[in-house]
Parts: sequence; structure tokens; C-alpha cells
Amino acid sequence: MHEDKAAQERSAAGGVPPAGTGTVAVRDHNTLFSCEDYRQLFEDKKYFEDATPEERVKEVLEWTKSWEYRELNLERKDFLINPAKACQPLGGILAAFGFRNTLPLVHGSQGCVAYFRSHFSRHYKEPFPAVSSSMTEDAAVFGGMKNLREALQNALALYRPDMIAICTTCMAEVIGDDLGSFIQDFREEGVISEDLPLPWANTPSFVGSHIIGYDNMMRAILADQAKGKRDETSERINIIPGFDTYTGNLREIKRLLDLMEVPYTLLGDTSDALDSPALGEYHMYPGGTPLPELRNAARARATIALQRYSTRRTMQLVSSRWKQEAVVSSPIGVRGTDAFLQTVSRLTGKRVPKQIQEERGRVVDAMLDSHAYTHGRRVALIGDPDMLLGVTAFLLEVGAEPVHIVCTNGDNDFKEEMESLLAGSPYGQSAKVWVGYDMWHLRSLVFTEPVDLLIGNSYLKLISREADIPLVRVGFPIFDRHHLHRNPIVGYRGALNLLQMIVNTVLEELDRKAPAHSFDVIR
Amino acid sequence: MSSGTTIEEKRKIVDEVLTVYPKKTREERAKHIGVSDPEDAGSCAVANNVKSRPGVMTIRGCAYAGSKGVVWGPVKDVIHISHGPVGCGQYSWWSRRNYYNGILGVTSFVSMQFTSDFQERDVVFGGDKKLTKMIQDLDRLFPLNKGITIQSECPIGLIGDDIEAVARETSAQIGKPVVPVRCEGFRGVSQSLGHHIANDSIRDWVLGSRDIPDEGTPYDVAVIGDYNIGGDAWSTLKIFREMGLRVVALWSGDGTMQELAHTPRAKLNLIHCYRSMNYICRHMEEKYGIPWVEYNFFGPTKIKESMRKIASYFDDKIQEQTEKVIEAYEPMMQATIEKYRPRLEGKKVMLLVGGLRPRHTIGAYEDLGMEVVATGYEFAHEDDYERTAREVQEATIIYDDPTAYELEQFASRLDIDLVGSGIKEKYVYHKMGLPFRQMHSWDYSGPYHGFDGFPVFARDMDMAINNPSWDLIQTPFES
Repeated sequence: MHEDKAAQERSAAGGVPPAGTGTVAVRDHNTLFSCEDYRQLFEDKKYFEDATPEERVKEVLEWTKSWEYRELNLERKDFLINPAKACQPLGGILAAFGFRNTLPLVHGSQGCVAYFRSHFSRHYKEPFPAVSSSMTEDAAVFGGMKNLREALQNALALYRPDMIAICTTCMAEVIGDDLGSFIQDFREEGVISEDLPLPWANTPSFVGSHIIGYDNMMRAILADQAKGKRDETSERINIIPGFDTYTGNLREIKRLLDLMEVPYTLLGDTSDALDSPALGEYHMYPGGTPLPELRNAARARATIALQRYSTRRTMQLVSSRWKQEAVVSSPIGVRGTDAFLQTVSRLTGKRVPKQIQEERGRVVDAMLDSHAYTHGRRVALIGDPDMLLGVTAFLLEVGAEPVHIVCTNGDNDFKEEMESLLAGSPYGQSAKVWVGYDMWHLRSLVFTEPVDLLIGNSYLKLISREADIPLVRVGFPIFDRHHLHRNPIVGYRGALNLLQMIVNTVLEELDRKAPAHSFDVIR
Repeated sequence: MSSGTTIEEKRKIVDEVLTVYPKKTREERAKHIGVSDPEDAGSCAVANNVKSRPGVMTIRGCAYAGSKGVVWGPVKDVIHISHGPVGCGQYSWWSRRNYYNGILGVTSFVSMQFTSDFQERDVVFGGDKKLTKMIQDLDRLFPLNKGITIQSECPIGLIGDDIEAVARETSAQIGKPVVPVRCEGFRGVSQSLGHHIANDSIRDWVLGSRDIPDEGTPYDVAVIGDYNIGGDAWSTLKIFREMGLRVVALWSGDGTMQELAHTPRAKLNLIHCYRSMNYICRHMEEKYGIPWVEYNFFGPTKIKESMRKIASYFDDKIQEQTEKVIEAYEPMMQATIEKYRPRLEGKKVMLLVGGLRPRHTIGAYEDLGMEVVATGYEFAHEDDYERTAREVQEATIIYDDPTAYELEQFASRLDIDLVGSGIKEKYVYHKMGLPFRQMHSWDYSGPYHGFDGFPVFARDMDMAINNPSWDLIQTPFES
């Protein structure tokens, strides 16, 4: 009895001092469940779980790391496990929110928008406003026109946008809602004024991925709003970032162009929209490309897209309809940034100022200083096509060796471009490009052909921990580290950031694994 | 007593906030917002469980989120297929922090995303063949899985795939349960229907299909409606064990297929998230005669009340033991209150969450001297509001499915000190300089349930409200 009570008290208090001593040792999930009473509880629970015997579990676990498993795993087709891609409307609303006072509206079942908003909020740690037409069973039968009409009316009254950019979900696409004719009807009915911009895009979730959704929405907005012909000369160039989730990247591009004194329009500028200051008031539209600038975009001297695979249809419009020079130039890594700045110079006649050249010198200096820790490091990467191309180019510049390059949402063009990039460097010779594959495939690849470093989004931490390979978080989404998206990975500063992240991760790992005699204080 | 504002004043605030809407929407929204009034029994029962107005930025999700994201997803030894295009599975991947013990990809699959990745051809020709192949392949790649569920996304219902037939066929082939769940996102008005559909699928395809290999004890109970967010179900399980009860099944955080299947062996079902799992409790009561009792494990007052209520279903032995457990934890609860109450006394809280939290957490706030002055649900039904009426103070604003706009308005007009809602709302309030805690995910903290959870809850509310960074929003410069 006494023993029971004492045991209970120990268990209950769990090391917490009694009242009056002034301290409470708060144990949350990080420490609480390692306590003995919880360990016992977990052990006992197995009785009710029909738990597999441990020997068998170990056997299967080891098997999943084998070549035999790898072959079985790589055979699977038509379904994905831990894919690195999302669906079209997510990219669509990111493109839309890059324009000032623009409300993204997603036509379909309302759960989609809840998911998109959560996803972006988790990455940016920012509000992401977007509305839904909230279609339910009745819309599945009768179509979503009524829903869209009311959605526009309510959204206008409540959120007072200057533009509403509409994209579809798989539901609207499957039932075949015709947004073009709906909108025409609304204008004729007088529900929506003639001059309210309502660009819309088809963004079915069962085609492509979020990068295609970005492209479709960006193209729709440009096609709808920037109709002017190139009759007046403009000194401006347009920049289209692509599906870029680094607010720091957009700020860095603007800084470089400002330093070069180049007049430009950044089309779809999410830098302020998704990185707004805390000033005590909430503004729903804190940034974005001003709509008058958008409307003049067709008159620009040229357009540079910073990503290829998320802007293909958009860039087609630029070259065919706007009759502009349409260049793709990814400013990731030193050579990528060199090429971008040269392109800007060529298009505008502006020189690259000394200040930028010094920045280049600094990053090259840093790369020289760190090369011993990057040279020959074997790397596995996963992410969107354009991110992979840029980061791979950078890895080749510092003598690292990409080994597995996995791209769930790439295509053959991407594969060819990547392979030709790799073929151009002695450090690219051992790489294999896996298009259409996912993180569960990548798991098999790194267990059978290990690497020193992983590069990709937060979900890669699963493999990082299990395979004991350090992870450098680059790409989207990054949910589990704060503020990374504020640091650019483009431009020379971005190259320096990438270098710092990579080299310090390598050093951290060296320390973590170093025997006492190699635990050096100077590296 | 509430925050000094009268019922009339609160009603005036509500009316003012609603003026912005177009007429039809205003009339509709007015039905969903009330002010609690003890004179008027049932006044908390605002209009509920009806469709959100399009275009108003509702905070709700969909039926798929209710089934895959809430009810089924945490069942750890089962592979949950997000059947349809890639998005829904991707966005719900590992996002509710349903903790579990097990080896990922070998015995447990909760933090993985399995998608049939529908392409255009699947929409045109149907996805049944692909689904069949997928289930066969998954069983080969993950031989220790204890079953598979098919979580339908919107296109599945629209194109008329026969996932039930696929389930029957593949279940026979792999010798394990394969459960079709018709939780397409367009069904119903919120997550809520997804909970119900998921409950029904467990009822129809799982319940009673297996048994634990022993005679059972008179103290066998099942915990229903705890999703083990940040370990909630574990801190709960610990208390029930200490009371002398034997928990034979956890639904569904850290739960397994076998636990779901043998639940009818329980003598009493203990339900925490009433909204998402009352359906299955009612079913087990009707079919197996198992009584059920609701409980609330937030904050010492409610925990103790609930423990005694549960103990009353059992003999003296359990009741005495329960008192001992309460006594044992008392110093820790007192120490927590002594430390945190002085920092939190009188702070005003505004809540908008789902499930049970808009009412269940009120007692925990009150234990810390805080007042909940506005609360409401994303997807509640009439019975939730009836239960809420018993928990709130006079003149509390009660809203059902409020829009982001309404919440922002209430937050600024009610002089709120702390907002508790979800990730979509969080950063809006950060911009406004209003302390905020995510009350779906515990802001990546937890557990909040049980005695071990309360100090964590108290610490987190304190850190949110009293962090000095809020004071920096005011600039020293002239504008």
C-alpha cells in the first residue's frame, strides 16, 4: 500500500518538485515520453496491437535496404510514395498572389483551398489569403456556376480586391465547368463589372504538378491583362521568377537589377506579399506587382524567366504574342549568375557595376577557402526541375559529385538538360537522373549506393535520419526550419548562402562523427 | 462573470461586424453567430452544419480531410492510399502530428504519403485497375502492413469508380482488410461528414472482425477520439492505467487495425473528441450494448471531474484508486497553477478550432485564471453547441464557421489577449501583434491532454502571451 502510493507519486510527479518550491519542470513531448513509465506503457500496449515479433521486423527492415528491395521498388509504376510534387492550383495561387491587391479564387471543393493556404503558411510562416467557391454535391450534379457567381459577389464585398485570379480544381475539371462562359455570363448579367479583371486558368490536379499550375495561371494573367502591343518603346525588361518560394530570391534579383540601374517589372512579385512586416495591423494584400506595371508588360524590351519548367507556356506567350525576346536564365551558382547578369547587360546595355563584381569575388574566395570540404562529396538531390538544375550546377562548381538526382515532376526535356549539364563536368560523371521517381525510391538508392549529403525539402528528413546522412534544406516546402526562404539561393549572395549551408553541414557532420583525436577546433 | 461587456453590447458588436456582407450572406451569417445568455436556454445553439458561403474564406476543410487527415490517418499499421490526384495526399502528409511508436515504412506508415497519382487517362478510363495493382504492389513492398484503406478524393466519386469491388477483391488476394472510404471532398459541408463516413467504414469493414486472445477483464475500456497529437493519447492512457483500467484500444492516434477490430470487447467506451467519433460509440452501444461516456482531459478541474465520472461506472476499487491518482498529481497541478496563474490572470481568449477544443479547453484556461470570451467551431453540429452552452460564461460570443474577416473583427473589437486557432489564421494575428497559439497542432508542442499535458499547456500560453517580442511592434519613430 505504502509502496504503491510512493510509486504512484513518483510516477505522477515524475521528478517535478512539490508546490511551493517555485519551480515546475515542464516536460513536453521531446522528453516526457522517454520516461520509464511511458516506455513500459508502450511495451504493454503491444499486446493489444497484434505487433509483429521483433526478429521479423528487423529482418524486413534490413530487406528494405537491400538491392533486392531496390529492384522491386524501382519496378513500381503509376503510383507514388512520398512524392516531391504537389498539384496545379497550389502553383496557380502563388502566381496570382504575386500581383497587387489580387485575390486568388479556387473554383471547386473548399477543402483544396484550406490545404493550399495551410501549405504556404507552413512554409512562409505568413498569412496566405485565398477563397473557394465551396462546391458540394449539388454543384457536382448541376455544375458550379451558381457557386462561382456567389463566390465573386461575396469576395468582392468582403475583401475588395482589384483583381480576382481564378483557377480550377480537379472537381471543376471533371464535371467540365466552363469558366470562360461563366464569366462572360456574369459580366452580361451585371454581377461583375466589365472592368474588374478576372483572369482564369484551367489547373486540373491530374495533369502535371504545381509548377505547371504556376505556368498556367501566370500565362492566364499576362494574356488577360497585358494585351498592349509593342508600339511604344519601353526601356524596361520583365522578370518572371517561376515557382520560386524564396522571398529572398526575389529581393536579391531586385537588388541586383537596382544596382545595375535597370528598369524592370518583376511579374508575380511575392517578396513583399509573403514577407510583410509586423506593424500592428494586418493587410491582406501587402505586396505584389502593381497592376499598371502588369498591363505594360507587353511593351517591355524583353522578358527573362528565372526558371524554365515552370514558365514554358508563359514564355511562349511572351515570344509569340508579345514578340519579345524571351530568355530563360537561372541565376543559381556563380556561372548561372554570370550568365544572368550578362543577359541583362546585353538586353539593356547596362554594365555590371564594380560592387556586384566584388560580390562575385567574395563568393569565389569563399569557395576556394571551403573547397576541401566540398570536393568529391557525394550528393543526392530531390526537388523541382529548375531548383535541381541550378543546385546541381553549383555543386559541380565546387567539385561535389551529384549521384542521385530525383525529380518527381520532371519530364524528358528536363532529363536531357540535366544530363547535358552533368556531361559537361568531370564531377557529373557518376550521376543518374531519375525522372518521375519519388522519395521512397530515393531511400532505396541511398541505402544501396550511399552518399555524403542530401539536398531537398523538409520531407527528406525521413531519409536523412534513417540513413544517417546530413540534410541541407533547399527547395519547397521547408516546414521545419525557420526563415530559410528569406535567404536567397540566387545571385552571388545566394551562391554564398548555398556554400555556407553545404560546407557547414559537412563540418557539423565531421564533428558529430569525429573520434576524439580528430575533433579539431580549426578547420 | 465575463469581461465586463454585456450581452447587449456583444450583440451590437456582432451586428456591426456583419454589415459588410451582401444582404443574402449577411442574413445567412447572422444565424451562425450568437451571444450566450443564461436567461435564454440553448441560446448557444447557433445555426450549424450547413454549407459555407462561397467566396468568404471559410476556415473549413473537406470530407477527405476528416477521414484521411483525422480519423483513419493515425491508424499506424495500415497503409492509407490517397486515391486520386497527388495534391490531397501531399497536403495532408504528416501534418497533424499524430505520434506513434513503430518503424516507419516497415510496421508503421502514418508519416508517409501513398498516392495513386491520378493522371488524365485515369479520369477518362477509371482508376480501378490501377488501384488493384497498387494494392498488390504495396502489400509486396510493405509485407508487415495490417491492412489498407482507400481514401477517395473528389474525382473518384465523380467518375464512378467501384472502389468497393476493388477492396473486396484485393482483400481476398492479400488476406488483409482493404477498406474503401468514400470521403470525396465535395461530400457534405466540412470535415465533419468525413469523420462520419470514416466511422461507418470502420463499422462496416473492420469492427468485430478480430479479437484479443484473452478473456478480458471487468476494467477493459477503449479510448475513442484521441489522435495523439504531440502525444495526447499517451498522457491520457497513463492516467487510465493508473486508475486501474485496462485500455484495450486507442482510437485512433497510435492505434492499430487490431485495436479497431477488437474494440467491441471493451466494457466502456471513453470518448474525448465527441464530434468525430460519437457515431461509432452510438453504434457500439446499439449493437454490442457498450455504454459510452464523454470526458475532458484539459486542465486539472476537468480532468478530475472526468476521472471521477468515469470511475463511477466501476467498482469501489477503481473509485478509490482514482482518488489516489488525483491526490498524487495534485502537487504538480498546484505548482503549475502557482507558477503560471499570476502571469495569465484575467487574460481574454478567443478560440476557433474544430472537434472538441472550442469547449473542452475552456476549463483549462479558467484553471489559469483566463477567460474565454469568444469561441466557436469550424464544423460543429447542434449537439456540440448544446454542450458548449454548459461551459461558457455569460455574454460569450459563439460563432459557427466564421469567416477570416469576422474573426479579425472580433479579435480587434473584443480586446483579446490570446487567439487560439489554426495555421491559416496564425500569422494574421502575428501581424496584428496579437499572441496566438495553434490549437489544432499545439503549435508543434504538446501533449496538452492529461496531468502531464497541463504544465505544457500552461507554459505555452504563458510563452505566447508574455514573450517580450510583442512589445517591439510599436516603433519609437514618428510616422
